[in-house]
Amino acid sequence: MPAEKILSISEDLTIYHALEHKDALLDALSTTDELLLDLAQVGQIDSAGLQLLILLSKEAQRAGKSLRFVAPSPAVSDVIELCNLAAEFGTAPPVLTGAAS
Amino acid sequence: MDEITTVFIDEARQQLAEMEAGLLRLEQDPEENDERDYINGIFRAAHTVKGGAGAIECRFIEHFTHDVENLLDSLRNGDLAVSPALATLLLECCDQMASLVEVLAAGQAEPAAEVLRRGQALTERLQQISAAGKPALAPDDAALAKVEVDSDGALNTDSWHISVRFGRDVLRGGTDPLSCIRYLADLGEIIGIETIADAIPPAAEMDPEACYLGFEIRLQTKSSKAEIDDVFKFVRDECELTILPPQSKAADYIRLLRELPEDPMRLGEMLLRCGALTQAEIDRGLSSQYDSATAMPADGEARTPPLGEILIENKVVHRTIVDAAIAKQSQVVEKRAHDAQLIRVHADKLDQLIDLVGELVIAGASANLLAQKSRQSELAEATSVLSRLVENIRDSALQLRMVQIGDSFTRFNRVVRDVAKDLGKEIELVISGAETELDKTVVEKIGDPLMHLVRNSLDHGIEPTALRIERGKSACGRVSLNAYHDSGSVVIEVADDGGGLDRDKIRAKAIEHGLIAATDTLSDKEFYNLIFEPGFSTADKVSKLSGRGVGMDVVRRNIVALRGSIAVASSAGRGTTFTIRLPLTLAIIDGFLVGVDQASYVIPLDSVVECIEKKRLSGDRNFLNLRGEALPFVRLRELFAVPGEPPPRESIVVVQFAGSRAGIVVDELIGEFQTVIKPLGAMFPNLRGIGGSTILGSGEVALILDVAALVRIVSGSEADGLLAHRHGSTFSGSSPQSSVAQLAR
Repeated sequence: MPAEKILSISEDLTIYHALEHKDALLDALSTTDELLLDLAQVGQIDSAGLQLLILLSKEAQRAGKSLRFVAPSPAVSDVIELCNLAAEFGTAPPVLTGAAS
Repeated sequence: MDEITTVFIDEARQQLAEMEAGLLRLEQDPEENDERDYINGIFRAAHTVKGGAGAIECRFIEHFTHDVENLLDSLRNGDLAVSPALATLLLECCDQMASLVEVLAAGQAEPAAEVLRRGQALTERLQQISAAGKPALAPDDAALAKVEVDSDGALNTDSWHISVRFGRDVLRGGTDPLSCIRYLADLGEIIGIETIADAIPPAAEMDPEACYLGFEIRLQTKSSKAEIDDVFKFVRDECELTILPPQSKAADYIRLLRELPEDPMRLGEMLLRCGALTQAEIDRGLSSQYDSATAMPADGEARTPPLGEILIENKVVHRTIVDAAIAKQSQVVEKRAHDAQLIRVHADKLDQLIDLVGELVIAGASANLLAQKSRQSELAEATSVLSRLVENIRDSALQLRMVQIGDSFTRFNRVVRDVAKDLGKEIELVISGAETELDKTVVEKIGDPLMHLVRNSLDHGIEPTALRIERGKSACGRVSLNAYHDSGSVVIEVADDGGGLDRDKIRAKAIEHGLIAATDTLSDKEFYNLIFEPGFSTADKVSKLSGRGVGMDVVRRNIVALRGSIAVASSAGRGTTFTIRLPLTLAIIDGFLVGVDQASYVIPLDSVVECIEKKRLSGDRNFLNLRGEALPFVRLRELFAVPGEPPPRESIVVVQFAGSRAGIVVDELIGEFQTVIKPLGAMFPNLRGIGGSTILGSGEVALILDVAALVRIVSGSEADGLLAHRHGSTFSGSSPQSSVAQLAR
């Protein structure tokens, strides 16, 4: 099993592809201990896509694997920031610092 | 009117009744320890009404209730102390809410100007009090205030808290929860948000097209609640949405904790993080969290101890929040169980069921009869099992219609309070037997007669305070409502400890109205029962409450229409008691079937005491010696003018009603029989002694005897006869015999 694997997502992370994405993401996770998810190509993301990212991150934690989202596209970072999930996803410094200051 | 509005009106009426009951208790015992429970109950009721009004977009109810709720909130938080004046104001508000609900029920778009003016005046008073009460923080709340409550009793910030859990089908329905959040962000500034993804199941079970998301959002905005609500308009039905306005109190958050499906500890943490609690506490709590977070980087889930615990250790989260969290689990289970215990069923459906069960009873009786005739023991056994089951079904079906009388009793609390205030008397209402059950129809129809009796007692029964003291009684008058079961009927007593009925006045009035002659000598009981005659009132002056003389005869007519009876007992200077006897149900009775000549009659089994057989009853005297007591009796054969000779051996069914016994002489005893009462219809309104009809298993019609009337005929025949004779109008049914005889053929 390779130590590190990179999966690039080129399609939109929306409900229209949610089924395929779920399988692809989980497959990718199952074959590696350290998954890098390249989100640079994601043009659109909706709640279904966001859920999948959360699911994947939960699964990774459960399995004790490392998961990182790299190079999120503007659409993705926008949503992550909107939902205050940066800390959970580990893509950016915790947004909470804003609230605490 | 659409269905939601109807449901709302229904619910609002219930909630307002609860609110009123709570306010009355609060007014009576403001010092009581569990006052907090009352206030919480009242607040909940107002809150529910407001929420419902918001949901159906009935702005006038929502706006008015909003101010009421604010004041109640201050009470709940101890910012304001309960005082009788305040309770009175709140009662007025409760009335106003009720009249607003009625405006809605009447289908008007806006309340009348007068109602609006009253509402405006009340709102101003409410706001004054709310404003005046704000700075006063009750000392016993100091402990609570120490940690998370600001000096004004409210939790920090001026921002809204929105808690939403989207339904599974939201995505499929074409709505993106994220767009709701974005829309919210447009309304104002989202100063804190937590994404709740706890509902996401393990990967294998997760449906990527279902929505599992929820959010706790802190929103700073100038928008109204309605505008925030509108953001979720398209998913409203599918999501759990709670919107807490700015300045919400700790208790609101605790309630939110209880209501949300997730682990309360984690939620508490979330609430804190998205800014539901004060800035200072967040800073304090977060610094601890960062410590542990830096100790375990890149491992969000394992940040133990959870922030909640850290905060508690640091005394940032108040103990009550923790308790609420701990109590949550069991409460969720209880709540679910409680919800499952109740379903709302339309009364029509219930009536239809009862009708069907009635037919089933008849059909069952018919099958039973045939089975017995066939002499096949197995068939007979099978049908007897069947009829036992039918009997059980009948009982359960009737039970469905049974409601406790308590609800109709408690509304008199308010009546007594208001009337006592109007009259300047001090009167307490004592309720007992509120759990007594009787048929819903009966409960509904007994309300008005009871109201009349209670008002009568308040107005005429209880003496003015000065007179009471002079008479050596306690200054506070007492009116009691009591209900209990007694041999198949329900007895409701309305009693007061007032002056009692004035015999001389009744007598004078009765003579004046030509009800009795000046020379008549009547027993006390007969005197008192004169007050039920039409047009009779002994009040010297007509008050706004009663005394117009149109009351008691209507009361009696209403009660008789329910197959019940009313009697009055009174003792001068000690009080008056009205006793109403009502049948348990109007639909089905256990009957005792008897035969006279070819016809069958049904006597309600509850009233049957025993049956005796007598040879050669003496012809003239209508009394017989039953174990040393004189038992008056009546021959059905004579009463209903059945032709032909009686058989040599006649049977006497001894019946009892309201304490008096009488014998009914019949040709033969046939046996017990379950029967569905069919009303006789409009053709026979004046029949005396017949309560209804029923269909026997054989298809024949049998008449159901009205035992109450028969006992009256038998035991009071002489006095009644006198009265009836003298004043032909007393009993309008002039000669029931012939028509009954025809009916019974």
